[in-house]
Amino acid sequence: MRIRAFVVMGALALGLAATPASAKTFRYAFQGDLNALDPYTLNESFTLGALGNVMEGLTKRDKDLKIIPGLAESWEIVDPLKWRFHLRKGVKFHNGEDFTADDVLFSLDRMRSPGSQIKTRAPADMKAVKVDDYTVDFVLTSPNPILNAEWDTWYIFSKKWSEANGATQAQAASATSLNPFALKANGTGPFIVVSHEPGVKTVFKPNPNWWGKKEHNLDEVVFQTIKSDATRVAALLSGDIDMMDPVPVQDIERIKASPNATVLTGPELRTIFLNLDSFRDELLYSNVKGKNPFKDVRVRKAVYQAIDMDAIHNKVMRGMSTNSAILISPLLYARAGEFKRHPYDVAAAKKLLTEAGYPQGFEVELDCPNDRYVNDEAICQAVAQMLSRIDIKVKLNAMPKAKFFEKAGPTKKYDSSFNLLGWTPGSFDSWNILENIIGCRDADGKGGTFNYGGYCNKRIQELNKLILVEADTKKRDEMIYEAFKINHDEVGVIPLHQQALAWGVSKKVKIVQRADNQILFYWATME
Amino acid sequence: MLAFAIRRLFEAALVMVTVALIAFTLFRFVGDPVNQMTGQDTPLEDRLKLRQELGLDDPIAVQFGRFLSGAVRFDFGISYQMKQPVTAIIAERFPATLELALVAALFAVALGIPMGVYTGIHRDSWLAKIFLSVSLVGVSLPTFLIGILLIYVFSVKLGLLPSFGRGDVVQIGFWRTGLLTASGLKALIMPAVTLGLFQMTLVTRLVRSEMLEVLRTDYIKFARARGLPERSINFGHALKNTLVPVITVIGLQLGAIIAFAIITETVFQWPGMGLMFIQAVQNADVPIMAAYLLLVAFLFVLINFLVDIIYVRVDPRIRIYGRAA
Repeated sequence: MRIRAFVVMGALALGLAATPASAKTFRYAFQGDLNALDPYTLNESFTLGALGNVMEGLTKRDKDLKIIPGLAESWEIVDPLKWRFHLRKGVKFHNGEDFTADDVLFSLDRMRSPGSQIKTRAPADMKAVKVDDYTVDFVLTSPNPILNAEWDTWYIFSKKWSEANGATQAQAASATSLNPFALKANGTGPFIVVSHEPGVKTVFKPNPNWWGKKEHNLDEVVFQTIKSDATRVAALLSGDIDMMDPVPVQDIERIKASPNATVLTGPELRTIFLNLDSFRDELLYSNVKGKNPFKDVRVRKAVYQAIDMDAIHNKVMRGMSTNSAILISPLLYARAGEFKRHPYDVAAAKKLLTEAGYPQGFEVELDCPNDRYVNDEAICQAVAQMLSRIDIKVKLNAMPKAKFFEKAGPTKKYDSSFNLLGWTPGSFDSWNILENIIGCRDADGKGGTFNYGGYCNKRIQELNKLILVEADTKKRDEMIYEAFKINHDEVGVIPLHQQALAWGVSKKVKIVQRADNQILFYWATME
Repeated sequence: MLAFAIRRLFEAALVMVTVALIAFTLFRFVGDPVNQMTGQDTPLEDRLKLRQELGLDDPIAVQFGRFLSGAVRFDFGISYQMKQPVTAIIAERFPATLELALVAALFAVALGIPMGVYTGIHRDSWLAKIFLSVSLVGVSLPTFLIGILLIYVFSVKLGLLPSFGRGDVVQIGFWRTGLLTASGLKALIMPAVTLGLFQMTLVTRLVRSEMLEVLRTDYIKFARARGLPERSINFGHALKNTLVPVITVIGLQLGAIIAFAIITETVFQWPGMGLMFIQAVQNADVPIMAAYLLLVAFLFVLINFLVDIIYVRVDPRIRIYGRAA
């Protein structure tokens, strides 16, 4: 009897598991997880990208990252201290509620709630004023030319729904009780979350009432995490998934050679660079005592010129990188092309080092993450080996990212003499880099928190203050140029390259690869 | 028997507190969870505040005390990364791991014992030599390589089995099973073989050597002399007497399979506890790591306890000895 019941149950389950055959299901995989569905609790591009299919901001960015209208139809700068946004009419949230100015005001408060990780989306002293149901004024205390630069990922919540679901506050990262909201989402976007198992699987379906023009032809989207590189490649090749990110550099050729999948590559916005501790009077991890060789421009330049970036580009990155003379991607700063790298020249480097008083070289430790950037550890190994040619003996400490950011960052008060870091400016604007990466800081990290080498230049500090409020693009770009030029001449931070994106895509699928690496399937079509 | 059980329970508690303590001292070295929880634009003050709120700046003894007082109430806190209670996450992930482990163990025993018996009896046959060579592969190849090879052959080349995941699952009460759907069963094959191969090899070799030992003893010779059928001698008398060490090994290996399915689960993206643990380590998600290690310690203690009881059932000599003591 019991056995029969078991068999019947099994048969039922099989029946339930079957799905309609004709539906177009787009299955994609990423190496990391999609955890909480609250886009205010983790400011990370993959999560923001996945939720960008479900929720929307006042602005959006198009395929080339240009700012375009989103939930706001248009906006104008009434005066430098007042921006007026006209909201789109007739937009409904997934649960049927209308989108109005109240939701924008509510979302601003929520974005500033204690647990929010996206508080920098708008100045802390900005006020929002509701003019009518479809008009909002944002009032500033100082001019801000890039006010709406990050508003495409400041997703708008429904006020009523949030109140009904106890989601008026962003889940605090340190919360001891669960926000019931963490597994739900209610947006205005082209897709609706059907089910969500963190770290395993998330299912989306199209929103039939979306306000925009539909560019996809999908009936269902399934996201799954596949952590192991080899498995992700195998899953793509066997057709179990239609798209995956990232493709390990060494597997690109193999996938391209396969009959049913290919690799979509393009430049990414992140720049990889080396920090040298020019902050301390004596290096923590070196055999040079009583002075800090990295305080000397000649030593920093010697390190720069001893690194053969073409070799790293060809051998380590297998062509999947763009060498860079500047700390920002050329896609984000129009005048980036005016910078040329100091030439790779071992003899010149050796000469500089001798002039600086280190004819015998010295020893130093290089800290490097091994699970953060593309081939991060291999880049560091190459750098270590190249520096040995000018007798700088590098001891490499490669470690997992959780460990790396603790050691080299503010938590352990920048306990590092030499390290490798990568950075994408969240605002897609140079100021973010000038402030965070080469802005002066103190020993605790006040100021340029991510300036892991502590490089400091007074003129760059002055320029940063001016760039922040300058509304004239040409003047602003000129000042940005000057700041980057100072870093270039003084070799404060050594830029290496922009790594490349590599998505594995089934030949049945057409999808837009945006340089910020957000996977937006509302632009995907399948055969 | 009751005294035995109580003593075991006490020992179990001691083992688990020790494990928790060791784990906690190690957590100091896994790195900073805060950087994985915050975006890159989060200001330094907010980061420091978060560290403080999470209690990461407290002395290790205080953190440990807080953990223990939660643990006795089965409250392991909220995962830093997944923003869900750790107990809920583990309850969700445990069925996947247990199903995988049991099927792997079943595979190991169901194949390992007959192969062991056969190679023990027909020592020089060519089939026995094949079995032994296969078992050599099982011992010597690392798990991840076996997994990748299987995926390459059966998913990429032949397209027979899914390359990753657990297939469709069915919810029965709190238990989410993959054993009741066709895709779930298909998805189970390769991970179970990968995970169980080493244990199968172990069982084969163990049973073989035990059989060789037992077949030489006087009572087997006597049974043969009495003219008992070969089948009854091999399975009724010989195999039964090899089982005590085999049960011990299988029992302990079951614990190992559950606890260390980490590699198999990572290769096949099997949504179980091992995968969860790996992700937790990478993100320095201390609440998950602590709970997982404690659970593994508990499983080992539990399995040991069960093995002890089965022992007594299988081998009467232990029962008599136990009573005398």
